[in-house]
Amino acid sequence: MMAAVALAVLVTMALAVFRSIKGPTVYDRILAVNAFGTLTVVLISVYGFLSERPEFLDLALVYTLINFIGTIAVSKYVEFSHMGRPSGGDELGDI
Amino acid sequence: MGFMAVIGFAVARLRNLFAVVMLTGIFSLTAAVLYVILDAVDVAFTEAAVGAGISTVLMLGTLALTSSEERVESSGGSKWALLLVVATGCVLVYGTLDMPPFGDPTAAIHHHVAPYYLEKSGQEIGLPNVVTSVLASYRGYDTLGEVFVIFTAAIGVLLIIGRPKFGRRRTHRMLVGELSNSMRNNVILRVVSKLLIPFILLFALYVQWHGDFGPGGGFQAGVIFAAGFILYALIFDIDTARTMIPASITRLFLALGVLLYAGVGVAGFVLGGNFLEYSVLAADPVSGQHLGILLVELGVGMTVAAAMISIFFTFARQEH
Amino acid sequence: MDMVLEILSWGLLFIGSGFLLIGGIGIVRLPDVFTRMHAGGMIDTLGAGAVLAGLMIQGGFSIVTVKLALIIAFIWFTGPTATHALARAALHGGVKPRLDQSPEGDEPSKT
Repeated sequence: MMAAVALAVLVTMALAVFRSIKGPTVYDRILAVNAFGTLTVVLISVYGFLSERPEFLDLALVYTLINFIGTIAVSKYVEFSHMGRPSGGDELGDI
Repeated sequence: MGFMAVIGFAVARLRNLFAVVMLTGIFSLTAAVLYVILDAVDVAFTEAAVGAGISTVLMLGTLALTSSEERVESSGGSKWALLLVVATGCVLVYGTLDMPPFGDPTAAIHHHVAPYYLEKSGQEIGLPNVVTSVLASYRGYDTLGEVFVIFTAAIGVLLIIGRPKFGRRRTHRMLVGELSNSMRNNVILRVVSKLLIPFILLFALYVQWHGDFGPGGGFQAGVIFAAGFILYALIFDIDTARTMIPASITRLFLALGVLLYAGVGVAGFVLGGNFLEYSVLAADPVSGQHLGILLVELGVGMTVAAAMISIFFTFARQEH
Repeated sequence: MDMVLEILSWGLLFIGSGFLLIGGIGIVRLPDVFTRMHAGGMIDTLGAGAVLAGLMIQGGFSIVTVKLALIIAFIWFTGPTATHALARAALHGGVKPRLDQSPEGDEPSKT
C-alpha cells in the first residue's frame, strides 16, 4: 500500500525530470528542480516510514530548507545575472 | 538508478550550461535518495546539503562570472576515444563482478576492522551513532586531514579570487537604481526569510550536537549553518550581509576550527596519551571520548561553516 | 477510533498521491510557464501536505509526528514563496503569460 504512494512519487519525479530536460525556458527548469526537491522530501519521508527509521526525517527537513535556498539563489541569478554584485566602498576585496 | 543514467547523459550532452547546473542538482538529489535506500543516512545528509544545495549555488556563482553557453570545440568526435572509454568501462564492470554481493557477510570488508568498530564502539565510546564514533574517534586522524583539506580549499579560493585587480577601486556609492535592483523591496521573500533563518541556524546547531545520536555531525551542521547566511545574503544585499558577518570573523573561525581539532589532539599527548587519544581528556575514558568527540565535531562545524561562507561571498562579490 | 484513524490516513495518502500525479502531469502538459507554476505549487502544498499528513496519522503521536509537522510547515512556507520568487523572475525576465487562445503564444525569452 505504501509502495503505491512511493510509486506515485517516482512517476511524478520522472515527469518533473522530463520537464527539466525539455523545458524551453529556464524558468521551466527551475520549477522542475524545485518540484523534484519537494518530491525527494516526500520520497525520503515515505521511505523512512517504510523502513521504520525515523532518522530520515532530519534529512527531509534539511532538504526542504536547502531546496528553498537553492531555488531562491537560482531565481536571483536568472533575474539579475549576478549573485550579489558589490556596490562599492570596500577596496580590500574579500580577503 | 535509471534516473541517474538519463540525467548523466543529458548533463553531458546539453550545451546550455545553466540547464546543466540544474540537472546536476537533480543528479545529486537522486544520489542522495540512493544513499537513503542503501541505508547510509549520514552520507545522504551530506550529499543532499552539499551536492544539491551549496554546489548548485556555487556553480551558479561561477556561471555569473563566465558565459552561460559551452563553447563547442569540434574535435571531430574521435572514435578511438569512445572505444577506449567503453573498453575501460567494460573492464571495470568485469572487475566488479568478482566483488562479493552487497551485504554478503563473508566479504572481506566485514571481517577485520569493521566488526571491531561495530562491537567495541558501544563499550569504548558509548554513542548510538557509530558513524560519528568511527569518524571522530577511531578515524579521527583522517577526519583531521579532511578538515585541513576544507581549510586549504577555502584559503585557495580566497587567495586566487579574493582580491580585486589593481586599478579597480570601487569608490562610487551605491546608486539608488541599485537599490531597486536588489531583492530588498520584495516583501514576501524578506518576511519569509526572516522567519526561516533563525530556524535554519537553530537546526544547524541541533544537527551539530545531535550527531552523536542521529545522523548529523560537524560537516552537515557547518553546511546548514552556512546555508542560513547564504540565504540572508541572497535576499538582502550582499554588502549588508558582509557587514553582518565580516571577513575577519570568517577568517577567524576558519582557522579556529582547525586549531580546535588539532588542539584536542595535542591535549591528548600533553595529558599523557597519544595524539588524538580522547580517553585521557577526562576522568574516565568514556567521558573522555565524549568530550573529545564533542570538541572535535565543533571544530569541524566551525571550519566547514566558515569555509562555505567565505567561498560563497568570494564568488558573489566578483564583478563581471 | 483506530479504524477511523486508519481510514483517514490511508485516505490522505491516496489523495496526496493523486494530487502529486496530477501536478506532475500538469507540469508536463500545461502550455505556459506560468500555468506550470500552478501545477508545481499543487505538488508542493496539496500533494506533499496530504501525503505527509497521512504519514503523521500513521505514526501515532511521537517525535516522528512533530518532525513531520515541522516538515509540512516548512514546505508550506517555502514552496509558495519559491514559486513567487520564480514567477517574479520570469516576469522580469520578459516571459509574457499566454493571454490569447491561439496555439502559439508570445515567444518567451529563451535561455
